[in-house]
Amino acid sequence: MTSTAHSSDRLGYDPTAPLTPSGNLRRRLVVSRIAQGGAVLAAILAVAALAVVTYDVIQQGASALSLGFLIHDPPQFGGAGGGIRSDILGTAMIVVLGALMATPIGILIAIYLTEFASPRSRLGNALRLGLDLMQGVPSIVVGIFVLGLIVDVQHKDSGFAGSVALAIIMLPLIARSTQEVLRLVPTALRDASDALGVERWRAILTVILPTAVGGILTGSILAIARAAGETAPLLVADSTFGPHLTFNWFGPMPNIPVSILTASEALNPAAYARAWGAALVLLAGILLANVGARLLLARSRRRITG
Amino acid sequence: MTEGEPDVSSTYSDQSIQPRRRIQNAPVPVPAPRPQVAGDPVQRATVFDIRDMSVTYGTKRALDATTLKIYRNLVTAVIGPSGCGKSTFIRSLNRMNDSIPGFQIGGQVLYHGHDVYARATNRVEVRRRIGMVFQKPNPFPKSIYDNVAWAPRNLGMKHDLDARVERALRGAALWNEVKDRLRASALSLSGGQQQRLCIARAIAVEPDVLLLDEPASALDPVATASIEDLMHDLKHRYTIVIVTHNMQQAARVADRTAFFSLDTSGPERVGTLVEYDDTDVIFGRPADTRTRDYVTGRFG
Repeated sequence: MTSTAHSSDRLGYDPTAPLTPSGNLRRRLVVSRIAQGGAVLAAILAVAALAVVTYDVIQQGASALSLGFLIHDPPQFGGAGGGIRSDILGTAMIVVLGALMATPIGILIAIYLTEFASPRSRLGNALRLGLDLMQGVPSIVVGIFVLGLIVDVQHKDSGFAGSVALAIIMLPLIARSTQEVLRLVPTALRDASDALGVERWRAILTVILPTAVGGILTGSILAIARAAGETAPLLVADSTFGPHLTFNWFGPMPNIPVSILTASEALNPAAYARAWGAALVLLAGILLANVGARLLLARSRRRITG
Repeated sequence: MTEGEPDVSSTYSDQSIQPRRRIQNAPVPVPAPRPQVAGDPVQRATVFDIRDMSVTYGTKRALDATTLKIYRNLVTAVIGPSGCGKSTFIRSLNRMNDSIPGFQIGGQVLYHGHDVYARATNRVEVRRRIGMVFQKPNPFPKSIYDNVAWAPRNLGMKHDLDARVERALRGAALWNEVKDRLRASALSLSGGQQQRLCIARAIAVEPDVLLLDEPASALDPVATASIEDLMHDLKHRYTIVIVTHNMQQAARVADRTAFFSLDTSGPERVGTLVEYDDTDVIFGRPADTRTRDYVTGRFG
């Protein structure tokens, strides 16, 4: 016992006491439990919100859903029956054109920011700030901007104007996510190619981009999926009440989000059901794109980390 | 600054060896034998003539004015404790530090008489002649073959690529282990094999100088031994500078050794070249007590 007394003088505690919580550890454990519980609860709430939305859309929309729903146009003068074929095709055309505009520019911006701009370069910092601000611009503002830029000049709404609006929404998302993926590519690979006396742009084309391609595709798909559901800019730039698909980019083009809006506001119960069905199709498309993109990302992470 | 002036007649060493042309696949012409100066066992050409080279990062001084010469077809080892500027030194020779924010260099680095940091100097061209292998093996996530063939392809040396790849892999003593699986991913190789692959990749473009920054520190003793054996073979073709914190390794592989240390006499701790001489002098009868303390293990 004398040795114990000696130790506790030196250490300020008794090292031979049982290894159960002592001092303020008991209080710290309680605080830790509460914080942990709060975090788990927040996570559950977030997932629950998604689950409720998904469940509701499936429940309301499933009855409208059928093969005919996907391959028939909406009835010309309202009423029952018909489908949303023209809306699906219109949304696809608008989104694809928007993605074709935004993806190359977004990826090039990201390459500039990660591979060429030094961390202190003014242009680089201005671009980064600009991208962040662009991400925060409300989509209705983007819609109004495109309205002034294209629609007012053309004197009519058009699918092309919708594509430009969606491209503006996608661009910062694609640039940012590509930047993150390029940063994941180990610096050691850049050092290796530098040390071989090969110019950086060749390394970007043949080493860095092939290593990161999965992640870049993933980020782009997520951004495109996000923009596919945007309603506000399409409402301003490409709202249409003509239900039939025009293959002319420079005329009004039907699309899912605006159709959901108009159908849900109709007094006709058949149109109302069609709105839910269209919502389900849109949601399913976006969720599928998300899941596919994440699978792709997991694969590319393995590739990068070896 | 202590520099043991070695067995060199500086009259011809600086000018006679012209830097190689950009795309030249033929072996380097060996200079005609010179009459040996009495007392000089071997004539050596200077590859690097480093004059008062100092390095700062932002406001932090990393390397004090360093003056030394690096000779052709020798293995020159750079040893010293952590933070003494070994890596800064070697990475300054092929401008790998350029991308570090705040990097500034003073003095001169002359490579075959040409200033590496001159305005007209292109750093891509510098690195094409002065290759580098890093501490951690960093193969590209490509096949073994494509790793070695990558730089030749991008530098336009596409003629008889298969032979070039085989030559590089043989040069790095890796051919027999990988010849049946050249299309396999380089990431499937062991750490030691990956490092030899990186050496093969570096020599595939036939550089003039190979800089090795602690090439074996991430490897086990067996892999380390194979890298060291390799260096004895490689020095017949290349000039090699190797940074190592393993003194036995320096003693085993190097012809000349530079000992760097931290100068703590001033307010900052700055890397300083303490002594540079033949390896057996550095390890057997060093002139500086700091060198002696370090190589005998008495250094803290």
